[in-house]
Amino acid sequence: MSNATAASSATGPAPAPARASRRKVSLRKRVVYALGPLLWIGPAVGLIAFVVLWPVVVMVRTSFQKVSSYGEIKGSNGWRNFTNLFDELAFKGVVERTIIWVVVVVALTMLISLGLAQLFNQQFPGRRITRWALIAPWAASVLMTAIVFKWMLTPGYGLINVLLHDVGLLKDLNGASADPLGKASTAMPWLIFVAIFVSLPFTTYTIMAGLSTIPGEVYEAARVDGSSRWHTYRSITLPLLRPALTVATLINVMNVFNSFPIIWAMTHGQPGYTTTTTTVFMYILKGKDLGESAAMSVVNFGLVVIIVALFLKISRWKTEVD
Amino acid sequence: MATLAAEMPAVTTRTANKKRQGRPTWKTVVLVVSAYVVAFLFVFPYLDMFITSLRPQSELQTTSILPGHYSWSSYSTLWKTGLGTNLKITLMVSAGATILVLLVAMPAAYFTARRRFRGRMAFLLLVLITQMFQPTAMLVGIYREFLSFHLLNSVWALILVNAGFNMAFAIWILNAYFSSIPKELEEAAMVEGSGRLGALFRVTLPLAMPGVVTALVFTFIAAWNEFIVALTLMQTPDKQPLTVAINGFIGAYNIEWQHLFAASVIATIPVIILFAFIERKVVSGLTAGSIK
Repeated sequence: MSNATAASSATGPAPAPARASRRKVSLRKRVVYALGPLLWIGPAVGLIAFVVLWPVVVMVRTSFQKVSSYGEIKGSNGWRNFTNLFDELAFKGVVERTIIWVVVVVALTMLISLGLAQLFNQQFPGRRITRWALIAPWAASVLMTAIVFKWMLTPGYGLINVLLHDVGLLKDLNGASADPLGKASTAMPWLIFVAIFVSLPFTTYTIMAGLSTIPGEVYEAARVDGSSRWHTYRSITLPLLRPALTVATLINVMNVFNSFPIIWAMTHGQPGYTTTTTTVFMYILKGKDLGESAAMSVVNFGLVVIIVALFLKISRWKTEVD
Repeated sequence: MATLAAEMPAVTTRTANKKRQGRPTWKTVVLVVSAYVVAFLFVFPYLDMFITSLRPQSELQTTSILPGHYSWSSYSTLWKTGLGTNLKITLMVSAGATILVLLVAMPAAYFTARRRFRGRMAFLLLVLITQMFQPTAMLVGIYREFLSFHLLNSVWALILVNAGFNMAFAIWILNAYFSSIPKELEEAAMVEGSGRLGALFRVTLPLAMPGVVTALVFTFIAAWNEFIVALTLMQTPDKQPLTVAINGFIGAYNIEWQHLFAASVIATIPVIILFAFIERKVVSGLTAGSIK
């Protein structure tokens, strides 16, 4: 900033005869100005190009290629990978399930997190320890969490089953109802439960971060005005939390949409395709037909792009980085 | 009006004193109890993970909540199964990705925080978009790309992918920290004789240290926990990180759960402890990084 103004004030009052040589200098200067930033941001741009952008190009190209089961390219396949994908019997169900999966998990996560953030924002003895407990599912690998839940739902002796049995909610420890992951109607709710479980810490922390940016005087004023707690929360806290809620919702949508380890570890998308989302379907197709799998990825990716674009529009991010 | 204002503080301090001195109100009790119950629920699965890893083989399939005997043998036999190699891979990938992010994100974050240059907006938009994307969405592309570069089964592939996808978050956090440090501090140091780089290393970096640590710990944990890219790129068992190796336990005909969970404990506890260290920074990091 200061350099730019210095340069313009130096060139401003220069006499006319020196114009030719000055243009040379300013050209060189301009090259330096243009390349200078590259020194600092070049490596970052390079890494993004290699790891993020290049795979997108390769993926889109693959979606139009015929790929043998050994991974060899057998020439162009036109739109056939896409038509094959849309013709898959499971496709429609997979897409519908993905939408339900994302909406239900994110909505419930946001609601529960609003409550948890309120709770853990209070002062009480041992708050530090409870907050440490809260971050465990965030720090731990989602895969490990999913595996433990699968273990706790094992028929016969899984801990959740045993506890449900002890309370009287589960009649037969070895019956069909003790294998919730083996049945379509109960597998999905449990997957949703685990997805919410691992999403809560991040969301709660983001909302707590949002709460910490609300100045105390605002509440003071509300109290003087005599508004009730619930009214204060609805008319002051929630509107001021909007930026935090927007960010948390978006990041959760991305995470849940792309979520793979939970479903993969707990059900592999089974029974049938009843717990398969688009991401899992992409992975299953990868073993059968790489071209069709790439087509699924492109469809997935298109949805991600739409979500990101919507977010950029809503959040007006430019005002934040200026 | 004046009397009301004068009375207000007196009333609040009186109630506050009553709360502090007298027995806790039922409201506080409910609050504390529910907080502890919620906290317990959040560590519950990891407790069961730990307890299962200590169960002897004979007590694995019982309905008792706690085992009658505890045994550490799963941990000692674990090393014989070659899991040490997988742990080494995980460590190499996490450390490598963290160092790479440090080297790449710091200059970029510093420069975008200090200078307004052409393409700054484009760069920040690129970073933001990268942050939104996840490797899962472009798995086929990543697989084919590294296949064509002959980087399958290479630790470098995982280092690059993990660094690439976590760098965006690091740049955001560091950018926010660098922006919050007044330029004048640096300029003062430069007047006193340190060069630009000297001022950067002696003044700015120490002040931005909390941000740096947060960014690095986040990257380390994300790389440590990464699963799907490693599952796709690392196909020989001795090149697989812990997550893939543990997932491999499940595929086996006889799942040795106590071994699986001993491995899971080793894969989980270090990151939970690491995260607990930066817990207090997380809120400020999130505020700075995304919701200013």
